[in-house]
Amino acid sequence: MLKYIVKRLLAAIPVLFVVILITFVLVRLAPGGPFDEERNVPEQVLENLNKRYHLDDPAHIQFFQYVGNLLQGDFGPSYKYPNRSVTEIIYSGVPVTIELGFYALLVAIIIGISTGLLASLKPNTAQDYVPMSLAMVGICLPSFVLGPLLILFFGIWFEWLPVSGWGQSANDKILPALTLGATYAAYIARLTRGGMLEVLSQDYIRTATAMGLPRWRVVLVHALRGGLAPVVSFLGPAAAGLLSGSFVVETVFQIPGMGRFYLQAAFNRDYTMILGTTIFFSALIIVFNLITDIILVWLNPKLRHQTFKS
Amino acid sequence: MKLTIFRIVAAATMLGALLSCGSKTETNVEKGNREQILYVANGSEPRELDPQLTTGAPEHNILMALFEGLVNEHPKTLAITPGVAESWSVSDDDKTYTFQLRDTAAWSNGDKLTAHDFVYSWKRSLMPNFGSQWAYMKYFIRGAKAFHMGETDDFSSVGVKAISDAVFEVELENATPFFLKLLVHNSYYPVHQATIEKFAPIDQPISDWTKPANFVGNGPFVLSEWKLNNLIASVKNTKYWDAANVKLNGVTFFPIEDQQAEVRAFRSGQVHVTHTPTMAIEKIGYYQENEPELLDIVQTYSSYYYELNTTKPPFDDARVRRALAMAIDRDLLVGSVSKGGQSPGYTLVPPDPQGYVAKFHFGYDIEKAKALLAEAGYPNGEGFPEASILYNSQDDHRKIALAIQQMWKSSLNIDVGLNNQEWKVYLNSRKNFEHEVARAGWIADYVDPSNFFEIFLSTSGNNHTGWVSAEYDALIQQMQEEAREPQRFELFEKANKLLADEMPIIPIYYYTDINLKSPSVKGWYGNVKHSHPYNRVYLEEVKK
Repeated sequence: MLKYIVKRLLAAIPVLFVVILITFVLVRLAPGGPFDEERNVPEQVLENLNKRYHLDDPAHIQFFQYVGNLLQGDFGPSYKYPNRSVTEIIYSGVPVTIELGFYALLVAIIIGISTGLLASLKPNTAQDYVPMSLAMVGICLPSFVLGPLLILFFGIWFEWLPVSGWGQSANDKILPALTLGATYAAYIARLTRGGMLEVLSQDYIRTATAMGLPRWRVVLVHALRGGLAPVVSFLGPAAAGLLSGSFVVETVFQIPGMGRFYLQAAFNRDYTMILGTTIFFSALIIVFNLITDIILVWLNPKLRHQTFKS
Repeated sequence: MKLTIFRIVAAATMLGALLSCGSKTETNVEKGNREQILYVANGSEPRELDPQLTTGAPEHNILMALFEGLVNEHPKTLAITPGVAESWSVSDDDKTYTFQLRDTAAWSNGDKLTAHDFVYSWKRSLMPNFGSQWAYMKYFIRGAKAFHMGETDDFSSVGVKAISDAVFEVELENATPFFLKLLVHNSYYPVHQATIEKFAPIDQPISDWTKPANFVGNGPFVLSEWKLNNLIASVKNTKYWDAANVKLNGVTFFPIEDQQAEVRAFRSGQVHVTHTPTMAIEKIGYYQENEPELLDIVQTYSSYYYELNTTKPPFDDARVRRALAMAIDRDLLVGSVSKGGQSPGYTLVPPDPQGYVAKFHFGYDIEKAKALLAEAGYPNGEGFPEASILYNSQDDHRKIALAIQQMWKSSLNIDVGLNNQEWKVYLNSRKNFEHEVARAGWIADYVDPSNFFEIFLSTSGNNHTGWVSAEYDALIQQMQEEAREPQRFELFEKANKLLADEMPIIPIYYYTDINLKSPSVKGWYGNVKHSHPYNRVYLEEVKK
C-alpha cells in the first residue's frame, strides 16, 4: 500500500507543475495589473513597485524565480496586502475553509445517505418520490439563492441564527454548512438510492434475509457497504466542489476563508496570491482523490488484492 | 418499520436540536449600545494600516480612529479644529504655517509626541523608494516634489522643520488657502519612529509594525485585533490627550464587501452603521418607503461623469460633445434610474454650500443638441460612427449607461453600444484610450474646486480624454498661485465656462453617500466628505 501511495504522490508532481505554469501564464495575460488603481499611479512609484516585486524582469525569469522560491516554501508577498505574505494569508484562511467544508460534508453525508437509504427501501412510493424531488430542487438551487433564503427565514424573520460571520457568535456555522452541504446532500441522496437499489436486488441480500437476519441488520451491515460505493467515488469530486463552492458561501456569509481571498486575488490581479491559492487547492484536490481511491479499494476486498499487490 | 421509526426520530431530533440552539441571542447592536462599542460595516478588507501607504476610503475610515493629524474637522461643518496642534499661525505671505503642538500629545505607548515625529513621517512619505501614492498631495510644500523625484536626497531642502519639540513649521511653494484642509488626510498623520525602525528601515513599506501586537498610534483608539477578512477591532486609547471626552470604548470594523451581505448584517443587528459609499440599489426603495429614519443620504463632494475620447472622431469635435451633453435628461436619471437622492450635474465641480457654487450651467436642451449635431455634419444622427459607452461591471453603472443610450437614440437618433468590463480590465482600457465614452468618477481629496479642475490638465494622468488646452493649463496655473478668495472664485468660474464650451467630459450627477444607520448612533452627522470623527460619536439606547 505504501508503494502505491508514494507512486501516486510522485505522479502528482508533474501535474502540479503544469498547473503552476498554466496559471502563471493566464494571470499575466489578463488585462490590468496588480498596481492599476482608479487614480493614476505616478510613473516613478509604479517603476519602484515593479522593481520591488521583480515584475520588470522577463516573464521566464520571473517564472523560474517563483518556482525556485516555491521549492524553499516561500509563496512570496501578496501584492494587494503588502505587509502579509501569501503563506500567512493561506494559513489564516485555510483552516476556516476546511472546517466549513468538513461540516458541509457531514451535513451532505448524513442527510444524503439517510434520505437516499429511506428512498431505496420503498422505491416508487411516496417515501421515494418526496425525498428525491426535494433532492432535485436541492441540485438545481444554487447556493447564492439557497443561502439568502435560509438567512431570510432563520436569520431575519425568526432571528434564530446569525446572518454572517464565523466564530463570532454561537451557531454562526450552521447556516453556511447547511447551504454548502445542501447540493451535495442532494447528489449523495440520489447516488445512495441508486447504489442501494442495485445492491438490494443482489442474491446475497436475499440469502441474508432468508436466513432470518433482522431487516435493519441486512440493510445497514450488509447492503450499505456495497451500496455506498458510488457515494465514495463521488466524494473526491465532492470535496473539490465543496472547496470551490465555498467561494460563494463565504461571500454570502462573510466567512474569512480561502475562497474569499481567492476571489479577491483574482479581481485585484494579485499574482502571487492567485498562484499560491491555486497551488494549494490543486494539492488538496490531488490528496482528496488519492484518499478516495484508497477508501474505495479498501471497501472492496477484491480490488484491494488487485491494486495493492500489483 | 423499525427503520422508518428510527429515521423519523432521528430527523425530529436534528430539527429539535437546530431549533433549540437557535434561540435569540444578544445582537452586536444591543451589546454595543450597552458597552459603548460601535460596530461598522466598512467595505473591503484594508490593504494596510500604515497611514502613509493606504489609498482607499475603507482604510481611511479605520485610520481616523487610530491616528490623529495636526488638525481635525468639525463633524458637521468640516471646519478645521485643533488636533495634535493646539494652535497655529500663518505668515503674512500665507506661505509659512507654524503649529504649536499641545504638550499632552502622546503615543499609545506613553511616548511623547513631538514635532520631530511629524518631520519623520512626512519625510517617509516623500522618500522615492517608499512608493506612497499620495506623495503628490505634499507637492504644495516647498521642495517636496524635488525630493520625491529623487533630484536631491537632502530632506533639509524641504519646507518641513521641527523648530523645537513643540513647534512644527511648514513652508509652502505658493500660498495655498486650503492647505489646512489637506492635513486631515491620512498621508499627513504622524507615525511612531521607534516602532517602525524596529521592523524596517524608513523607506521600506513591507513591514510588520501595523500588526496589533506591535502597533503604536496617537488616535482616540488603538488597534487591538486584526483578523483578515473577519474584523478589525480597536479599543479606547487612554493616552489620547482628549480621552476624557471620548465616550466610545471601542470601534470594531467588519470588512463586508458584498453589498447584499452588508444590508443583511445591518438588518440583523450585526452592525450599527454602514460606512461604504453606497448600498445595494434595489434595497434603497424599500428603506425610503418603509424605514426612512434608518437611511442616511448625504450629498458628497464627488462627481460622476463620462469622459469623451477627444482623439477619436467624431469626439474630436466640440459641437458633437456639447450635443451629447445637452441631450441627457439628468432629472429623469437621478429621479427614476439611480434613485439615490443624487443631484443632477451640469458642471464638473459639485456645489459646496460652504464655498464655491458654479454659476454657469449648460442645461438640458434637445433642440439645441440636434442643431449642434447637424452643424457638426451628422443631421438627425446620419453617418454617426460606431461608438460605445465603457463602464465597469456594476448594476448602477449599467442602468445609467442604458438610460443614456436610450436618450441619445430617441433625441439624437444615434446608436451607441454598451461595453461593460471587469474593474481592472476597465481601468486598463481607459488608460490605453480604447474607449469612445468612458464612465468615470472623482471623489475629492480635499474640499476645494482646484482638486477637480486639475484632473484635466494636459499633464494629468487622470485625464482620459486626450483633451489638451494651453488656455486651460494656464488658467489652472493661475489658480494654484492665487490665494484671495474672490479672485479664486472668478478663476473657477472661468475654468467652468471653458469646460462647458469644450465639453471634454459630460457631467452626469453628484454622488450621494447612502448608508444605513441605527437610531442609537449619536454624534454622527452627514457632511460632504462622509467623514465621521469617532471621538465625538456615542451610542444611546433608543426607547421604543
